[in-house]
Amino acid sequence: MRLRRAPAAVRPEVVEKVPAADRFTLADLLGEATADIGSRPGRLVTTIVGTVLGVAALIATIGFAQTAAGQIARQFDAAAATSLVVTPSTAQTGGASGSSVATGVLPWDAVDRMERLAGVDSAALLAELSLPDATVTAVAVNDPSQAPPAPPALYAASAELLDAVGGHVATGRFFDAGHDARADRVVVLGSRAADRLGIERVDNQPSIFVDGIAYAVLGVVDRTDVRGELLDAVIMPTGTARADVGLATPGDLQARIAVGAGPQLSEQAPLTLAPDEPGSLQVQAPSARSQLGQAVQADVNGVFVILSVIVLLAGGVGITSVTMLSVVERTGEIGLRRAVGATARQIAGQFVAESVVIGLLGGLIGAAVGVLGVVAISVARDWAPVVDPWVALGGIAVGAVLGLLAGGLPARRAARIEPVEALRGGT
Amino acid sequence: MTAPTTVSAPEDVEAPVPAIELRDVTRSFPGPPEVQALKGVNLTVPDGDYLSIIGPSGSGKSTMLNLLGLLDRPTVGEYRLGGVLTSTLTEDERAALRARQLGFVFQAFHLMSRRSVLDNVMLPMLYAGTPRAEREPRAREALQRVGLSHRMGFLPGRLSGGERQRVAVARAVATRPRVLLADEPTGNLDQTTTGEIMALFEELHADGLTLVLITHDGGVARRAHRRIRLTDGRAEEV
Ligand SMILES: Nc1ncnc2c1ncn2[C@@H]1O[C@H](COP(=O)(O)OP(=O)(O)OP(=O)(O)O)[C@@H](O)[C@H]1O
Ligand SMILES: [Mg+2]
Repeated sequence: MRLRRAPAAVRPEVVEKVPAADRFTLADLLGEATADIGSRPGRLVTTIVGTVLGVAALIATIGFAQTAAGQIARQFDAAAATSLVVTPSTAQTGGASGSSVATGVLPWDAVDRMERLAGVDSAALLAELSLPDATVTAVAVNDPSQAPPAPPALYAASAELLDAVGGHVATGRFFDAGHDARADRVVVLGSRAADRLGIERVDNQPSIFVDGIAYAVLGVVDRTDVRGELLDAVIMPTGTARADVGLATPGDLQARIAVGAGPQLSEQAPLTLAPDEPGSLQVQAPSARSQLGQAVQADVNGVFVILSVIVLLAGGVGITSVTMLSVVERTGEIGLRRAVGATARQIAGQFVAESVVIGLLGGLIGAAVGVLGVVAISVARDWAPVVDPWVALGGIAVGAVLGLLAGGLPARRAARIEPVEALRGGT
Repeated sequence: MTAPTTVSAPEDVEAPVPAIELRDVTRSFPGPPEVQALKGVNLTVPDGDYLSIIGPSGSGKSTMLNLLGLLDRPTVGEYRLGGVLTSTLTEDERAALRARQLGFVFQAFHLMSRRSVLDNVMLPMLYAGTPRAEREPRAREALQRVGLSHRMGFLPGRLSGGERQRVAVARAVATRPRVLLADEPTGNLDQTTTGEIMALFEELHADGLTLVLITHDGGVARRAHRRIRLTDGRAEEV
């Protein structure tokens, strides 16, 4: 007797062993399953529609969340990766008040010194002027009968500020180094401060009054990459602030730096600005790679996911019922296949394969539709579309698994068909 | 070398193993009322025989064919196919035996309407373990044999009844079975095409195929070399 292995359930003394290559294989199963699918394109469309919609909705939901997260991360990234701030260190003063005092000081020529360092694109000095009782108005006469609205914040800055914060001037212009050097009485307004002061245009040379002193408004800034608080502020040149309100020291230095220069500049900036006592200055600089990018999570909309899953389930029911119909219609064929030697398992396998292929096809088309949807809407909104390739592959897998589950019931039914009964009928 | 697709019985010069052997076979369907479709049937079909089973409606002909075709099991009695006692076989083994030893022709043709004639003829070879490379050539050969070489790419719906039954015969013989079982193969055909099919059976028999033909048509039955008459589940040789 030969020792070669016979198919498990069939003893070699019953029928001669078939070489592996000639047995009924998975490829044969798929061939038989797809032959029928392909012959009814119309029915295939109705069977597949639910799966396509479900997978497309799922992928679009996840894709939009990823795109939105990518969008936020990109904005933060660009700003955060290039912003460096130097401030004097502070020390807690004793006592219950818990206030702090600066232990270091920035030199007035800090901008020149910083800009000499490699990796610094621009730098500017900035100081918030704390004048608790100052009035800031758009009219000369202060009417004491009118309750003064909360004044906008007052800042002093060097002329490079606009560049250092990536600001955009909506109207007019920013002050320059000349204004600063001459201590001219000029200001630039943040757009929200301008709104509050009722200043809409600068071509008519408006002025505002700080404690009754007139300052010419040169321009309005409506956008900044960093230091959004400047949009609420009235900004004057540091020279002016030193002359008029007695600004003693710069508050901090804001620099725009090259991406990746953060770690290196964190070490160099204090040495350059305070060579005698580098520890008296603090640097906030981006680490090698922006942390913000990771912090922004894709916020997947749970409701949409649930809706997608419901559509998917409907798609599964669709596959089940159409495959069930196919089993009933093909009862005669099933009987014939059994008569010519198909086992119940092979019949079941054929219908499972059929619904898996349908599910896979639905997943494939759905994934394509979902990805295209994300891309199309992103392009329309000028976003960068982000769809993780694994999400698309996952969508295809979801379709296949759905088909597998949906095929179980019809397959079981097909396997239970008695060939004798099935062959009794016609066709 | 390719393995033979049919298992030949161990050669015994004195008493060759018959293709089919029924011993005291009874098939009863539990009621109510209980029906004994076959009652103590004995039958031996040697290789190369051409047998017809005739009887009125309800006499048990289809029940007999289902038993012979391993689609059903006797309630009582023994059935040996090529010497193998079939009652000891698992369902998978019975399926394998059907694929390799038996060919079926039905009154209702049972062709797959969405598959080509060639695909239809190739179907049983898928399950019979016919060497892959031989499947299509064998299907073409079988179609040529039944005179349908020119219809291979057709869908069955475009064929006449006689042509459809010839496709079914090609399908049954393409696996080179030991026994061809036909249940009312001419039941859906007119006289001329019936004659064609019967001529085809005659040729196949001349080539050595064992045929068991079930019919209620006396004219058809007479073309066979042996006749068994079923009356109310009992068999007698005519
Ligand atoms: N599955 C079944 N359950 C119950 N009774 C059955 C079953 N199959 C057949 N019978 C009965 O067995 C008897 C023989 O039936 P069978 O189908 O073998 O007859 P037949 O000779 O093929 O008839 P016909 O010429 O009409 O096809 C009939 O009385 C029939 O009612
Ligand atoms: Mg019958």
